[in-house]
Amino acid sequence: MGSAAQALGGRGGLRSSPRTTAVLRHLALRGAAVVYLGLIVALPVVAVVTKGFGDGFGTFRNAMATPAAWAAIRLTLWTSTVAAGLNAVMGTLLAWVLVRYRFPGRRLLSTLVDLPLAIPTLVTGVMILALYGPNSLFGRFLDDLGIRVLFTPIAIVIALCTVTLPLVVRNVQPVLQELDPAEEEAAATLGAGPRVTFRRVVLPAIRSAVVAGTLLTFSRCLGEIGSVILVAGNIPKKTLTAPVFIFQLTSQFKPSQAAAVATLLFAISFVLVLVTSRLIARDEASA
Amino acid sequence: MSVVATPKGRRRGWLLAACLVWVGVLLLVPLIGIVITALEPGVHVVTETVRAPDVIHALELTAVITVISVVVTALFGVVVAWVLVRQRFWGRALLNATVDLPFALSPVTVGLAALVLFGPGGWLAPFFESRGIQIIFALPSMILVTVFICVPFTIREVVPVLEEIGLDEEDASRTLGASVWQTFFRVTLPNIRWALAYGVALTTARAIGEIGAVLIVSGLLQGKTETATLFIFRAYEERQIPAADVVALLLAAVSVTLLVVIEFLRHRQERERSRT
Repeated sequence: MGSAAQALGGRGGLRSSPRTTAVLRHLALRGAAVVYLGLIVALPVVAVVTKGFGDGFGTFRNAMATPAAWAAIRLTLWTSTVAAGLNAVMGTLLAWVLVRYRFPGRRLLSTLVDLPLAIPTLVTGVMILALYGPNSLFGRFLDDLGIRVLFTPIAIVIALCTVTLPLVVRNVQPVLQELDPAEEEAAATLGAGPRVTFRRVVLPAIRSAVVAGTLLTFSRCLGEIGSVILVAGNIPKKTLTAPVFIFQLTSQFKPSQAAAVATLLFAISFVLVLVTSRLIARDEASA
Repeated sequence: MSVVATPKGRRRGWLLAACLVWVGVLLLVPLIGIVITALEPGVHVVTETVRAPDVIHALELTAVITVISVVVTALFGVVVAWVLVRQRFWGRALLNATVDLPFALSPVTVGLAALVLFGPGGWLAPFFESRGIQIIFALPSMILVTVFICVPFTIREVVPVLEEIGLDEEDASRTLGASVWQTFFRVTLPNIRWALAYGVALTTARAIGEIGAVLIVSGLLQGKTETATLFIFRAYEERQIPAADVVALLLAAVSVTLLVVIEFLRHRQERERSRT
């Protein structure tokens, strides 16, 4: 035991027993971390994926073959793409405005941007219902124009944009803060217009932060249910998103089919999260 | 000078206006909207709603789940963060990736996973059933899914701080004869406290707002496994809209308060970091 502790601890010498305790303590903590993440996180993920494939790839294919499942996944994919695209542009713009401009109400704007981190997603749904519903001035105004928001994909996109608003901003903001305005001024002095300066100086610096934030937004949108479930109307093949569809399948006691749809969603999300963390790691390495 | 400044000023104005409209339409106006909608029917609706036994029970259940989830994720979160930063071992990268898994999973999928494990005919169901322990459609599964979803928050806040402060202070403390616990409580903990507090605040907000997973594992038993968000959901389904709006406003108020705390902690943390 003493020699093992010596080998592990390096400078154990005669006082080998405290070293041994230290090694044991390290192992105990590592064990606690592994057991915690293994039981709480890894086990459920394995359970769903296994259930999704059930007796092999056949179950998965059968579950996917129903038109309702495909329609739900297509709807989720396109609404998430639109929401991620909108927030990629508006999030970058917001980060820019928050970092570079000084104006009254900047702190308030910054706090508002973080609001979706704190507010329950279902409450976001309730807020959208209250604003665009037939009882509100705004809802009636849109109705007179012939625009229906509630129970259409527009409501889904609004809900997704709201709950993911902070993600791109909070990814891009720290990078912009590090960027020296002198570089932009130099570009302007050398005769570059604002567009050229942005494309050649700012964009290369923030590109991977924008991409990482956007992928995170997309992945978050794929799984979003709280803000969507009340405002989408959940009409099969029209406004029924994949997460709501999974919920309906489980309440109809069809866990295998639910697990198949869930596995597909998870696979897409997981690849995106992996890409995102690679991007962040590469950026930190180059910085 | 003003000739040069005008197009620049105009561009700034447009960009700023676009941002204000975006945030205004998505957040500020709906927030004001819910305040007006919830308070419109009158004060008596508000007082009746918050005194209803269902609502009180739902709020209590949300509080219990939130407190337990926060304690578990904070305690184990510090352990995991410490192990990830201070130890090098085979499988560390895998452990690190596992921490981010909940970000890639829909809450509904998490609920479904609990159903697969503990539901009728589930993998672990025989073990708990034979001991008469109810997991699914009861409090334990609701806590489990909430913990799952909240796992990354504390860890992702504490890890970068632990990396930054390095080993010097801890080594010095140990060399001076402090015990492991003394070192942890006197050196490590004060260094990570703001990151930890920030992680706890984010966890609290997320736990209060959780709906997707508990929608599945709770079994939606009114007055038993109904959290505050589930109450709002059911009230909407049953067209008790004024009550739903009042509870939604209450949760919104709690989260705005939390947000103020979060902002404060973020500034503290940034200041602390820029000082070192």
